[in-house]
Amino acid sequence: MSEQTFFKVTVDGITIEVPAGTTILQAARQIGGEVAPPAMCYYSKLEGSGGKCRTCLVEVAKGSEKDPRPMPKLVASCRTTVMDGMEVKNITSDKVLEARAGVVEFLLLNHPLDCPICDQAGECHLQDLSFDHGKSGTRYEFQRRTFKKHDLGQHIQLHMTRCILCYRCVFTADQLTNKRVHGILDRGDHAEIATHIEKSLDNEFIGNVIDVCPVGALTDKTFRFKNRVWYLKPMDAHRDCPTCSGRVTLWNRGDEVYRVTARKDEWGEIEDTPDGKPGWICNTCRFDKKNASEWVIEGPRAISRASVISQGHYAGNVGMTIPTETFKAVNGGRAPHLLMDIHDESEVNQPDIHLGQIQGPSNGTTFNNKKDNA
Amino acid sequence: MGVKLLLDKANVPGIRTYEVYRREGGYRSVEKALKEMTTDAIVEEVKKSGLRGRGGAGFPTGMKWSFIAKPEGVPRHLVCNADESEPGTFKDRYLMEFLPHLLIEGLIVSSFALGSNDTYIYIRGEYAWITDILEQAIDEAKANGWLGKNILGTGFDCNIHVQRGAGAYICGEETALIESLEGNRGNPRIKPPFPAIQGVWMRPTVVNNVETLAAVVPIINMGGEEYAKIGVGKSTGTKLISACGNINKPGVYEIDMTITVEEFIYSDEYCGGIKDGKKLKACIPGGSSVPILPANLLLTTAKGEPRYMNYESLSDGGFATGSMLGSGGFIVLDEDQCIVKNTYTLARFYRHESCGQCSPCREGTGWMEKILQKIETGKGEMSDIDLLWDIQRKIEGNTICPLGDAAAWPVAAAIRHFRDEFEWHVNNPELSQTSNFGLQHYADPIHVPA
Repeated sequence: MSEQTFFKVTVDGITIEVPAGTTILQAARQIGGEVAPPAMCYYSKLEGSGGKCRTCLVEVAKGSEKDPRPMPKLVASCRTTVMDGMEVKNITSDKVLEARAGVVEFLLLNHPLDCPICDQAGECHLQDLSFDHGKSGTRYEFQRRTFKKHDLGQHIQLHMTRCILCYRCVFTADQLTNKRVHGILDRGDHAEIATHIEKSLDNEFIGNVIDVCPVGALTDKTFRFKNRVWYLKPMDAHRDCPTCSGRVTLWNRGDEVYRVTARKDEWGEIEDTPDGKPGWICNTCRFDKKNASEWVIEGPRAISRASVISQGHYAGNVGMTIPTETFKAVNGGRAPHLLMDIHDESEVNQPDIHLGQIQGPSNGTTFNNKKDNA
Repeated sequence: MGVKLLLDKANVPGIRTYEVYRREGGYRSVEKALKEMTTDAIVEEVKKSGLRGRGGAGFPTGMKWSFIAKPEGVPRHLVCNADESEPGTFKDRYLMEFLPHLLIEGLIVSSFALGSNDTYIYIRGEYAWITDILEQAIDEAKANGWLGKNILGTGFDCNIHVQRGAGAYICGEETALIESLEGNRGNPRIKPPFPAIQGVWMRPTVVNNVETLAAVVPIINMGGEEYAKIGVGKSTGTKLISACGNINKPGVYEIDMTITVEEFIYSDEYCGGIKDGKKLKACIPGGSSVPILPANLLLTTAKGEPRYMNYESLSDGGFATGSMLGSGGFIVLDEDQCIVKNTYTLARFYRHESCGQCSPCREGTGWMEKILQKIETGKGEMSDIDLLWDIQRKIEGNTICPLGDAAAWPVAAAIRHFRDEFEWHVNNPELSQTSNFGLQHYADPIHVPA
C-alpha cells in the first residue's frame, strides 16, 4: 500500500486537508457547524445512500488545482469526492441557498405537516431543515397525496404520507438483514415504501429503520403517542446483549424507560462502537427491554443545545460553556436585590451544587425541616 | 433528393429477411471491419466521421467509445438503447421494424470495436412485435455465421441479447437502463462513476442509440472522412427525423442536415406542408423535452438567418431563442393548437414518468402538472404563471438525471415564447374553454421581433 494521499479542499473559505476519496460532505462535516450541508438521504453508515434528496447541493467554484474550471451544475456533496485544490461554496453561494430553499419546498409539498401529532417531532430532520432553509408559507394549493397507515410487523408502523423517499430504510434492510422484504413500489410522486403484498418486517435488526428514518414515516409502535421527545431525558446505557453491541440511549421520564434508540451523533447518524463498527442495535434491546433495571446507566447523553430535546433537562449544560463572570460584575458592581434568599430554603439554588445532582426540587417538607431545625 | 445512408434500402421487398439484406450488400461492413481493420482503427474511423449520438444529447460517438475503460480480464459490454419513449420520436421503431439487419450489422461492428462479447438490445416493452423481428434477425445472422463463436474465423465471439423493458420512459436514461437491464428498479444511478467505467454489472459499458449504431455501417463502408463530407459543420451524416403533428405527410424521413426547417416542413418531399392549408403556429423540433419554438423563431434564427435542420442551427441562440435537434421527434403544431393544453399534456407525461428518486423532479413535476391543469381549465391566476416559471427553474439542473431538465424545458419555453397565451387563459377563463388563442403574434408570414 502506498501512502495515503491527502487533498486540500476549501469549503466556504475554510481550508482542510482530507484523505483522497472523501466526499465534499464529509470534508465539510469535519469543519463542522454551518459549513456542513444538510443531508436528508445520505447516511454515512449505509453504503450507496445519498444523492437523492438534493438538499446537500453545493457549488463547486473551482474543480481542482489541475482543472480549475467550475462545475456547470450544483453537485450533490454527499456523492462527489473532493479533488486537490477544490473550492466549494455552500452557505456562501446564493445559488445553493436558493436551490436548497426550492428543495425544502419540494420536500414539504406533499408532507402532511402533522408535527403536533407526530412522534418524530423534536428530532425530525425535516423540521430542522425547514427551520434552517425553508420559508414560512407554502405556495402549494392542491390536495396533498395521502396513504393509509400500515403496520410493518409487530413493532413498526409505516406512515407513508410523511415519507420523503430517502431510501435509507431500504439500504438498512439490504445491508443489515438477510432478506429485504420491503422496498419502493410505483414511481414518481405516488411511489411508496411498501412490503410486497403485506409482509411483516421481522428481522432481528429491522428496528434500525426507525432510527435511520429522517422523518416520522417509520415509528416505534412501543413508543407511539406515549410521550414527546423533549419531555424525555436521554441517558446513555448499555447491557450485555448477545446479538448487538447493546450500547443504546434510553429515553426516560423519571425512572420509566419510554423508548430505546441507538446512540446518534451530531449528524443524526448512528454512533460507532469503540471497535469502530456502526452501533446498530437489535430488536430485543430496542423493543423489549423497557425496564431501567435491565440496563447499566452511564449518564446523561449530550444533546445539542440548539435541539428542543435539551429543553428543560437538568443536565442541559452538558458541553455548555458556563460563564465565569458573576452577575455582580456584569451589573456594574451591584448585587441582585433579593426579596428572599431561597438558598436558605433548599439546595435547589445553591450555586455550588450541580443542579443535575440534586434529588429533586424543594417542597414543603424541606421548608418545614428547616423551620424545625432552626 | 438528399443522400440516404440508412433508409436507402428500406423499400426493397423482403429486406427484413437475411437473404434479401445480404443480396443488397448487407454485412459488408462486418467483413471489412473484422478482417481488415483493428479495433482502434474502427474507433478512429468513427471519430473521423464526426458521428454524434442520435439519442438526443448529440455527444460525439467516437469520443464516447474512446472513454471506455479497458481493465485486464474484465468483460466489456455494448448496450443498444432501443427504449425509444420520447413523445414524438419513432425513428428507431421504423429502423428496427423494417431494417433489423442493419442494426444487427452495426451492433456486430461496434461490439468488435469495443470488445463486447455480450451485447444487449434494451427495447421498450411496448415494441413487443419488434422484439420478435429482432430476435428472428439475430437467429438468421447466427445461422449464417455473423454471430456466435469465432465470427468469420477471426476468433471474435459475439452474442446479441434482446431485453424488453416494462414500459418506463426513465429506462431510456442510460444508467436507469443499465439498472433495469440488471433486473433492478429502473432508477438512474448517480454519476460518476460513468457507465464507461462501471456500467452493466459494474463492467465498462457503452450505451448507444439504435440510429447511432446503425450509422456505424455506412461509416465503415464508405470511410469516416467520406461520411463527414455529408452534412454541414459538426452535424455530419444523415439524421432520421420522425415528423408528426399537423402536417400532410407524417412519417420518418432521412435528411442530410443541410436543408432548412422551412423546406422540411413545406416541401412535398418531406412533411408536405401544414394539414388542411392551415398556418404554422409552433414546433417542438426534437422530441417532447426540447423547448418549443414559435413559427417565427423556428424558421429563422434571432439573427434573421434561415434555420437549418441540424444540431448547431437548431440550438442557435441557446434556449432564449433556439431549441435542440434532440432525438429528431419533430412535432408540428398548427394555428388551432392550444399551447397551454400542449404544455399540460407534456407535464402530465413527465409527472407520470418521473422515477421518484430525487425530490425536485418527484414533487416538482406533479406540482407543475396541477398548476397547468388549473390554468387549462380556466381556474388559473396570473401568479400561477410566475410560480410555474419559478418551479421549473428550481427543478432544472438540480436533479440526478436529465428527466428533471426534460420536464422543465417545455414549460419554460412555453412560458418564454407564449406567455400572452397563458395570460389570455387566465383573463378569459370561459372563452378559453370554447375557443383558441390562435395565432395573433405568431402567424405566418414570418415576423421576427427586433
